[in-house]
Formats: sequence, structure tokens, C-alpha cells
Amino acid sequence: MKLKTKDGGWNPYFAGALVGILAIASVCATTELMGKTNYLGASTTFVRVAGFVEKVFASEHVAQNAYFAATKIKVDWQFMLIIGIFLGSLISSLTDKSFQVEKVPPIWRERFGSSMTKRGAGAFLGGIVAMIGARLADGCPSGHGLSGMMQLSASSFVALALFFAAGALTAALVYRRRAS
Amino acid sequence: MSIDQILGLITGVVFGFLLQKGRVIRFEKQIGALLIKDMTIFKFMLSSILVGMVGIFILSDMGIITFSHKPLNVGAVVIGAILFGIGWAVMGFCPGTSVAAVGEGRVHALFAIAGMLVGAAVFAELYPFLQATVMAWQDFGKISLPGALGISRWVLVPIFWAATIGLFVVFEKKGL
Repeated sequence: MKLKTKDGGWNPYFAGALVGILAIASVCATTELMGKTNYLGASTTFVRVAGFVEKVFASEHVAQNAYFAATKIKVDWQFMLIIGIFLGSLISSLTDKSFQVEKVPPIWRERFGSSMTKRGAGAFLGGIVAMIGARLADGCPSGHGLSGMMQLSASSFVALALFFAAGALTAALVYRRRAS
Repeated sequence: MSIDQILGLITGVVFGFLLQKGRVIRFEKQIGALLIKDMTIFKFMLSSILVGMVGIFILSDMGIITFSHKPLNVGAVVIGAILFGIGWAVMGFCPGTSVAAVGEGRVHALFAIAGMLVGAAVFAELYPFLQATVMAWQDFGKISLPGALGISRWVLVPIFWAATIGLFVVFEKKGL
């Protein structure tokens, strides 16, 4: 088995195993230093950022909303985790020269052409639906997929199976041209 | 910055670095997996679960950490996960990888992030309605698979390992 992939990346089993070690180190560190075990996750931060943005226009409304109240609009551990993910990816891609400005990805271009408006609209609308789903399911591929599965949470098995089933069905409908 | 924020930032930088090195954040990899053509993201994700699981259960047995199970609220998890899957396939990123994708120059991920922020705001508005309907159907609470099945986690861990490694063998044999 090769340690490097053709595109210059690391073997995914190896890089994934390192994330497993990171997850273990992270639960230890958060328990020790913050007094509460924190698991890797991402989607709650989108609620917090949305709350911060909405507060600028309608602070009363945000204060009265039950979900924003329950989530607590603040810059917490996970918020900084998300900023860190951006920085880590930037550092990695700049140092190994895999950073590449891409407006429309190849699979999308093959199916829908090179219009950035179309790609932007797809990403935007997909994002709305996906985030409503992630908040309803109480987790995304980080929270359910990684953290939930690591703890053998019952709900995460259901969530991950359905993420994939619904995603695969949709992808087949959206990106596969009918054989004519 | 508070200690919480510093810790989050450091963990995030390492996480983002490894996600980028694993080449799992790109649209092609995410959609490649959903089209069952390139299973890189599942090799990555399942490997981290295999390793993380053993460490987390040992730490829990030692009484060092606590679990944080998400509730098995049937209507919410089923409908939410299906909606997520549909959106994921069109967007081509997930919440965590979208910010990493911007980090490696995939500027179209910015539209995905904007969409997800709108989605989060819409969810906050729908919350009272969802609480009274979908979320009120059936909630089994914060249960684990070992708890639900009445089987020790140390029996389930080797089974999970064996099944996952079997899947890896299939991926490699088929060149996925």
C-alpha cells in the first residue's frame, strides 16, 4: 500500500487514523482543560454564525427565538475549531502546492457546464436543505459520522446510513446522464 | 482568547490539515463517494472511527471521559438525515469540509457556506413547529448501540472492526 496518493495526498487510511488519534487527544484535552468532554462537530457553529449575523438586523427577534436561545450565540470551542479547520487546510494546501482556485468542479462542469452562477445556485440551495437536515438530525458527518460512530451511538448509525442512502440516490439522479 | 477557544483553534488546525492531506474535502471526492466511484472519504472516515472508538472506550472505562450521545429522536433523525443527504449531493460539501474547501482554494464552497447559514436561520424559525410535530413523534433518548442491543461494547468493537476491514478489502479489490 502506498503512503502517498497520485495527487500528492496522504494515504486516506493513514490520514484517517491520525484523525482518530486527534479525536482521542481532543476528548482528553477538553475534559481536562474545559471540565467537559467535547466531541468534534461542525454544524452547530453555522447556527451561531447565523445568529450573529441576524443579531445585527433583528437582535430582539434573535433573543426571543427558542433555538438560538438553546444554542447560545457565542464564540466557543467549536466555533474556533471551524476557523482552525480553514487555517489547517490553507496551510496544508499552500505548503504542498495543492492549493488551487476552482470555481466549477469537473464533475459538475461535465453535467451542467462551466457557469459559475449555476454552480453557485446549486451549492447555495443544497446548503440550505443540508443544514436544515443537519440541525433536525442533530449532527452532520462530523458530529454523527465521526464522533457519534466512535461512541457507537444508536442515532448515528441511522443518520450515517441515511446520509449516504439519500445522498447516493440524489447524486445518481443529478450527475448521471441517462444512457441514451 | 479563552483556553476553550485556543484549544478549539489548535484542534481545528490539525483537523483541517489532515482533512486536506487526505484529499477528502473536494467536491470530486464527496460526489465520487456518493456515485460509488471513489470511496476515499469513507476510507478516511472509517479509519478514524476504528482508531477513535478504541481510545474513547478505554478512556471511558477508566472513568476519564463521558459520552455525548445524540438522541435517537426517530422522526428528526430520519427526516433530517434524508434532507441532509439530498442537500449534500447537490452542494458537494459537508459543513466541516466546506470551510476546509475554501482553505484549499475551492471558492464555490463559499456559496455552500452562505446556503448553510441561511439554512441554519430557517431551521431556527421552523424550530417551534418541528418541536410540536416531527420531533414529538418518538424519542428513544440518548442511547448507544450496545445499550439498545444489550451487548457489551467490547463485543461490538471487534465486530465493527472486522466488518469495516471487510469493506476496505472490497474497496481495494474493486479499485474504488
